[in-house]
Amino acid sequence: MKVLVAVKRVVDYNVKVRAKADGSDVDLNNVKMAINPFCEIAVEEAVRLKEAGVATEVIAVSIGDKSCQEQIRTALALGADRGIQVDVETAAEPLVVAKLLKGVVDKEAPQLVILGKQSIDGDNNQTGQMLGALANMPQGTFASEVVIDGDKVNVTREVDGGLQTVSLTLPAIVTTDLRLNEPRYASLPNIMKAKKKQLDVYTADDLGVTVTKHLTQVKVVPPPERQEGIKVADVDELVDKLKNEAKVIS
Amino acid sequence: MSTLVIAEHDNSSLKAATLNTVAAAQQLGADIDILVVGGSCGDVATAAAAVPGVGKVLVADNAAYEHQLAENVSQLVAEVATGYDNVLAPATPNCKNFMPRVAALLDVGQISDIIAVDSPDTFQRPIYAGNVIATVQSADAKKVITVRTTAFDGVPAEGGSASVESVDSVHDAGLSSFVSEEVAESDRPELTSASVVISGGRGMQNGENFKLLDGIADKLNAAIGASRAAVDAGFVPNDMQVGQTGKIVAPDLYIAVGISGAIQHLAGMKDSKVIVAINKDEDAPIFQVSDYGLVADLFEALPELESKI
Repeated sequence: MKVLVAVKRVVDYNVKVRAKADGSDVDLNNVKMAINPFCEIAVEEAVRLKEAGVATEVIAVSIGDKSCQEQIRTALALGADRGIQVDVETAAEPLVVAKLLKGVVDKEAPQLVILGKQSIDGDNNQTGQMLGALANMPQGTFASEVVIDGDKVNVTREVDGGLQTVSLTLPAIVTTDLRLNEPRYASLPNIMKAKKKQLDVYTADDLGVTVTKHLTQVKVVPPPERQEGIKVADVDELVDKLKNEAKVIS
Repeated sequence: MSTLVIAEHDNSSLKAATLNTVAAAQQLGADIDILVVGGSCGDVATAAAAVPGVGKVLVADNAAYEHQLAENVSQLVAEVATGYDNVLAPATPNCKNFMPRVAALLDVGQISDIIAVDSPDTFQRPIYAGNVIATVQSADAKKVITVRTTAFDGVPAEGGSASVESVDSVHDAGLSSFVSEEVAESDRPELTSASVVISGGRGMQNGENFKLLDGIADKLNAAIGASRAAVDAGFVPNDMQVGQTGKIVAPDLYIAVGISGAIQHLAGMKDSKVIVAINKDEDAPIFQVSDYGLVADLFEALPELESKI
């Protein structure tokens, strides 16, 4: 069974991002970039399926300019077998990414596509579901457990108040939530080996996709600042303030 | 111009998130209808018809929709949406599951998690965990939008008398089926709609210690939440997570216990009206957003607080 994993290059999660002074965009000069944390969980899940003898090949795909090859190499170092970069110049929006991924799915015919539930830059939480609709594949989003069962996959999902398990006919889409697994660290020998693994580059034209623009970012601004409050000396003062000043408890 | 609002419900009751979404829809200035998709969900339709300012309530009541399977629900919503200019749903786990499929079926972009309507095609939404607010303009004729419910005060639940019409189309994609559900039984209010929330972080040290929050939650009728650090450490389940990758809450009172205040957590709670932080590290970033900070050992402060409220 072939597994396709999508990975995105994003600002490292430890970086506190700021808006540029002119409000045109966020300031990404000289900030550390990394693989999106949810995508890392997706890679780990695919590699575990291979180690368990369920998956035969794991392909890591990323949509972006040449710099995203770095994140594809990271996925290869974590255990993916080969990589695909779909070369686009500017950041593509989720619908376009989903169309490009659909192009890759048509070429590679994977039985399972694993993606992160959202990227920590755009916070859209759309791509996996959109790919599902375009490829007419079922989806198990926000997954905390993935179990392959013959020509089906059972996905346990994080929902309001608990967990829901659905059974999907393969080929299917899975998007990862935090508790699905704990990703490994790449070892130095594997990082070296990853440099020699196959990495193909496609363009949108190769995949028959026209890159369109549905949304325009007009401006970005910092969020409204919250006033720093006071420190109370003890529990008595806290209770007094909550009762008599804030009036939120009685 | 017309707007379709997708109802959030559990087949028996209409969830408050729907009322927040109707409030956001009103700002688009178009006529509003509500679509209820579910199985044996007649009571939900009746409740939706009582929401003021709604033209009609459309009900698609079929076993294929009972468990909100995205493959089936998205096809139905996309079909009904052909008659509307805007489709709005609350950014709940359920609607986040199927709405992007709706957008893709309609070949339009989705605008996720809006917090303000600037004009019928321009919206504000948080990106980068709420570190910046982006203003985005949609070029699509039909807008598919999810709404951050805490950013819009809900409309009243009663006072309207919309007509109810049934939608007979049945879409069963045949690709997925429901297996089981494991929903924690709790007498406590839901995290996203509670007026008081008390959350624990890594400082709680283990899952057992979360019981220290129970007594206070009981007295204040509060929901109990957690930081991502506490979830990652395995103390508590993920559905308790408050933050960028968890739930977004904005209660009247938010009490953060043993939470340092990572950006990821602040993104989920900084719109709360009053924030209390209890942490033994006086330099913890949580104190920069709290109205009342108490530098104390939580294992001493919590029992004392419980006894004094």
